[in-house]
Amino acid sequence: MNLLWLQSGGCGGCTMSLLCADSSDLLGSLADAGIRILWHPSLSEESGAEALELLAACAAGEHPVDLLCVEGALLRGPDGSGRFHMLGGSGRPMIAWVRELAARARYTLAIGSCAAWGGVTAAGPNPAGACGLQYEGDTPGGLLGSDYRSAAGLPVINVAGCPTHPGWVVETLMALSLGQFGSDALDALARPRFYADQLVHHGCSRNEYYEFKASAEKPSDQGCLMENMGCKGTQAHADCNLRPWNGSGSCTRGGYACISCTEPGFEEPGHPFVQTPKVAGIPIGLPSDMPKAWFVALAALSKSATPRRVRDNAVADHLAVAPAIRRTGLK
Amino acid sequence: MGERIVLGPFNRVEGDLEVHLEVAAGRVAAAYVNAPLFRGFEHILRGKDPRDALVLVPRLCGICSVSQSAAAAAALREAIGLAVPANGELAANLVLAAENLADHFTHFYLFFMPDFARDAYAERPWFAAAQARFKAVRGTAAAEAVPARAAFLELTGLLAGKWPHTLSLQPGGSARAVSAAEKVRLYALLREFRRWLERHTFGDTLEAIGALDSIDALASWAAARAPASSDLRLFLEIADDLGLARIGRATDRFLSYGAYTLAGRPLFARGLWQPEEATVTAFDPDDIREDLSHAWMRGQTRHPWRGVTEPDPDKDGAYSWCKAPRLAGQVVECGALARQMVDGHPLARDLVAREGGSVRARVLCRLLELALVLPAMESWVHALRPGEPFCAHGPLPDEATGCGLVEAARGALGHWLAIRHGRIASYQIVAPTTWNFSPRDAAGTPGALEQALVGLPVDDARVPLAVQHVVRSFDPCMVCTVH
Ligand code: SF4
Ligand code: SF4
Repeated sequence: MNLLWLQSGGCGGCTMSLLCADSSDLLGSLADAGIRILWHPSLSEESGAEALELLAACAAGEHPVDLLCVEGALLRGPDGSGRFHMLGGSGRPMIAWVRELAARARYTLAIGSCAAWGGVTAAGPNPAGACGLQYEGDTPGGLLGSDYRSAAGLPVINVAGCPTHPGWVVETLMALSLGQFGSDALDALARPRFYADQLVHHGCSRNEYYEFKASAEKPSDQGCLMENMGCKGTQAHADCNLRPWNGSGSCTRGGYACISCTEPGFEEPGHPFVQTPKVAGIPIGLPSDMPKAWFVALAALSKSATPRRVRDNAVADHLAVAPAIRRTGLK
Repeated sequence: MGERIVLGPFNRVEGDLEVHLEVAAGRVAAAYVNAPLFRGFEHILRGKDPRDALVLVPRLCGICSVSQSAAAAAALREAIGLAVPANGELAANLVLAAENLADHFTHFYLFFMPDFARDAYAERPWFAAAQARFKAVRGTAAAEAVPARAAFLELTGLLAGKWPHTLSLQPGGSARAVSAAEKVRLYALLREFRRWLERHTFGDTLEAIGALDSIDALASWAAARAPASSDLRLFLEIADDLGLARIGRATDRFLSYGAYTLAGRPLFARGLWQPEEATVTAFDPDDIREDLSHAWMRGQTRHPWRGVTEPDPDKDGAYSWCKAPRLAGQVVECGALARQMVDGHPLARDLVAREGGSVRARVLCRLLELALVLPAMESWVHALRPGEPFCAHGPLPDEATGCGLVEAARGALGHWLAIRHGRIASYQIVAPTTWNFSPRDAAGTPGALEQALVGLPVDDARVPLAVQHVVRSFDPCMVCTVH
């Protein structure tokens, strides 16, 4: 399958993240799965006129584009002209190129939350008129419109994340190339379900603190980040704590909140990112599948039963109290 | 009047770049550098909670996201008035150094060297070796360097949760404390990368490379080795044959904000190198101005404290979204060569004294930093003290200003933050590539790259390779430039 990758109005971080894939040989594995890189801005030899000719040939249907990957938001400004992002050397807005190439593509993938929903580029007053390929925040539409289907009949596949995890990209591409990815592999926001059917909370190393509502109070504390530090891990769809980042990391393991970067609109949470909004002392963003009254009752109960080890370690940046050694009779 | 050429898309740089050349008698007579992308982060930041800068600014740039975090954390630190505990400084330096070294590494293997494997060089004696090693996508370097880079960046998984876009760098230090066992893992990761570099990149110890103190020392080092014995050796062979020491000279005026500070002392010094005095002097960040005369921006030339970002896409005479920063009215260059010139590395000083700031000098200084910084990182890991604090804390003031000056891989990066009524009233960013790839200023003086391109031969208007080498020798990052 031919892969064509374009960078639109983003930061390039999704490509940088992709190059951190923990396979022994990323480019080799893609080739092995039958994926041929037609052009990728960071990797390909062709520059300038050669690159433009290649893109024009793709747009004209002379090269089949099986996998069209777009990274970065689509910039419609100023005034719908797209001039905030012209493809270098071409004198044409990137949005014009993307529309044309998407009309040819067998599969179209939004790589990262910018291309999926608009992402941080659409934050604040959205000065550049950023939107996603098929969404604008959580509203369907975007650059290509909600009716868009790629030649294979799928909507834009939203490999969302900021940046997106290299594993999400590589596995989506490979599954497509191996013919093992259909419409049932997508969730209601067209994200690959293999990672979006999980919550960041699953497998979080702070889950014991969560159980006892033993909460971090400041950056570098080890406790659960939900109550005070803005963590949305109980609502954010992603497998970040089951599938490590850069070897062994994740946001919550790195000492900071999940800001739900895979969700549309994450860039404007309506409160400071790293502070949990509360009403009468109770966080407003409670786990989505749990009635609030239960949560409050359970939290009160578990707080009253918190072991000293958990309580003290929650507000320290290192192990302050180690687990006790007891004879249990279980040996 | 000569011919006009428009070059773009300029891939293998981060983001979008377009270069307009006026060519006369087969040489570049004038160059105009355009960053054709505008996102408007300085607008996005306005009115936000100041802490939100730590979420938003790394997303300016996926290749130097930690540098952006470090600059924002420094600006907030100044605004809050915090002192960082030693562990916090060490951890933040390690994360920043990991990103900077990964950048140098990525630049060399994926962005710069593949141009020497192009068919246009098929007749050169080194071509077969260059092609086997550096061919884009298919060369052995791409297959081996990408995983080596990924393994090295596992440091950021441990110390920062993830890369790019971490929130672990805080005004008061690092939100990610390190345990005794993790210290050992960090050390092992550094040693693994060291082995890779010594085996493939250098074919020698990092210490031996860091000790090369003159062009002559470099030449005798090369003479003792076969051309294909290491990637550095092969680069020297190519650089000699193509005269890369003779092209790409800009102003030879070098700026560094100083890098990797511990307890008030930077590993690489802060200062300004001026060719007239051939020495390093202090500089005043208050002498920075951003000139808007040739940018699609409304407004006056101002210091970033009072700077504005108001796009004006139809402005007459403008040709880039990039502003033109000047230091006391002068065009300066920043980056690894500038850092090493200011710090006084003898090889850098000899290169500039005898050849000027060339393509070869820029690439060599980046490789030199790989050799100099990795051993420093090993010592920082040793100095970490698990169990002692990693982060200081303090309340955010309602009214304050703060400036964060750091060194990204590509050079001097500054953030200027003003807080009013507890919100961001103004946030201005001057990125390294904004310095290097600036357009002309009101006096008509071209930016550093615009100067460095003048005089180059243009033998092939489709792909003028000398132009590509010069552009890429700066390791530009356009998404940062225009933010
Ligand atoms: S830190 Fe976040 S993801 Fe981890 S346990 Fe707490 S709420 Fe869940
Ligand atoms: S933990 Fe949350 S913010 Fe972090 S990468 Fe995963 S989804 Fe995004």
